[in-house]
Amino acid sequence: MIDKRVASCASAVADIKDGDTVMIGGFGEAGSPIELIHALIDHGAKNLTVINNNTGSGRVGLAALIENGQVAKMICSYPRTANSLVFPELYRSGKIELELVPQGTLAERIRAGGAGIPAFFTKTSVGTPLADGKECRRFEGDDYVMERGLKADFALIKAKQADRYGNLTFNKTARNFAPIMAMAAKNTLVQVNEMVELGVLDPENVITPGIFVNALIEVTHPQQESQLVKDGIVYPQTNNPATSSIKEVNVGETQA
Amino acid sequence: MSQVAERQSIETSKQIGWNREQMAQRCAQDIEDGSYVNLGIGIPEKVAQYVPDGREVIYHTENGLLGMGDSPSDEELDADLINAGKKAVTAIPGASYFHHGDSFAMIRGNHIDVCVLGAMQVSMKGDLANWSTGAVDAIPAVGGAMDLVAGVKTIYIITQHTTKNGVAKILPECTFPLTGQKVVNRIYSDLSVIDVTEKGLILIELAPGISFDYVQERTGVALINGLAQKNELANKNIVNSTDKAQH
Repeated sequence: MIDKRVASCASAVADIKDGDTVMIGGFGEAGSPIELIHALIDHGAKNLTVINNNTGSGRVGLAALIENGQVAKMICSYPRTANSLVFPELYRSGKIELELVPQGTLAERIRAGGAGIPAFFTKTSVGTPLADGKECRRFEGDDYVMERGLKADFALIKAKQADRYGNLTFNKTARNFAPIMAMAAKNTLVQVNEMVELGVLDPENVITPGIFVNALIEVTHPQQESQLVKDGIVYPQTNNPATSSIKEVNVGETQA
Repeated sequence: MSQVAERQSIETSKQIGWNREQMAQRCAQDIEDGSYVNLGIGIPEKVAQYVPDGREVIYHTENGLLGMGDSPSDEELDADLINAGKKAVTAIPGASYFHHGDSFAMIRGNHIDVCVLGAMQVSMKGDLANWSTGAVDAIPAVGGAMDLVAGVKTIYIITQHTTKNGVAKILPECTFPLTGQKVVNRIYSDLSVIDVTEKGLILIELAPGISFDYVQERTGVALINGLAQKNELANKNIVNSTDKAQH
């Protein structure tokens, strides 16, 4: 019997080790698996390389993971956004490494990683500082730069519906990087708004087939990053005693 | 008048040429019916408001939506439905969602017809710099700009003709780090419309009350005056259409 459901976000992230590479889905807050990220903060694995388009906002979710000193290196395309407080400070003081990648190259590197392609050539970034030191080749009269496929030990993603095989659907533009990250990671951990019975998802409408998924945890009412930022929430709560409710909410939400 | 004094007078004088809305409006005239279009953040976003009636244009946003609509009402608001600037949007009837791999295949695979972007600098060869000033303490961030200029068929730039201090942004070579080489097709500034061609930069249109010399003084490279050509062409078209009418 195949049943990829696990007991909690904590058990889902339990095998993440110091030094691992972790892909985290989401574009800004859309698709950000905030409960899984908070579980990773509680878990405490350090020296991680994290792949995400951004660096989080406020002091929750990905930003909190960075603030908690668990991330040695970020691979992303746009590390500064309106509410990004944590990353810029650490970057300027040399405490975190950044590999800046054009957004489409980032997506293609992840897709290539998931499809067993170690490297590919693209026109993107030719003649710019982001092509420095990379192999260039000319095809049919145009210059291309070589980029490497990206793989990860773990991917943390958020989906709308899942069945116990791990077939997934997503909500609108929250899909973003999740399907390709699911393909590129050895272990894909999914927080899903709703678990459904086998057969409920029309095979025509499955976006990520279950073969790319390893663990499922139902989080029926996920927290919204922008709301937490607006409310001045800091994670973990020990950083700010005034926000003691947050951890309790999390524990409740993460039960299967 | 010394150059410095002249620059100061430009700064303090009232709005001349096109304002931000008018620049977007002018650019929108060139978005053809049936186009798939990606609009950058800022003034380029405004282009969608001004595409002439009767043209059906599909907007792509690189975070994973083809068929982006207007801002949502309070009832329509969904934090999972945003554009590349992370603002809430809607999806039109006939829209589709897709992951980042597919979204950038649309861009990098040459499927998007037009992309409108802002600029820090544009060179006479059509090189674009719009992501970094190269400042040492800046947090570098590139997003999808390099993918868009490398992969979209036509790149339009909307920009103020000079910086706030009156320094030319259209230059022989960009001094800021490049976003892409030889990628810009047309520049819509507050003063004029300029085409990037093999022959050089051709000024094809002036904002009301602006002269060719006025634009040239504020441009770092010699412009080709395409206005005369354009007028000739326009006259020819009028003659042709008259001919047709007579037959």
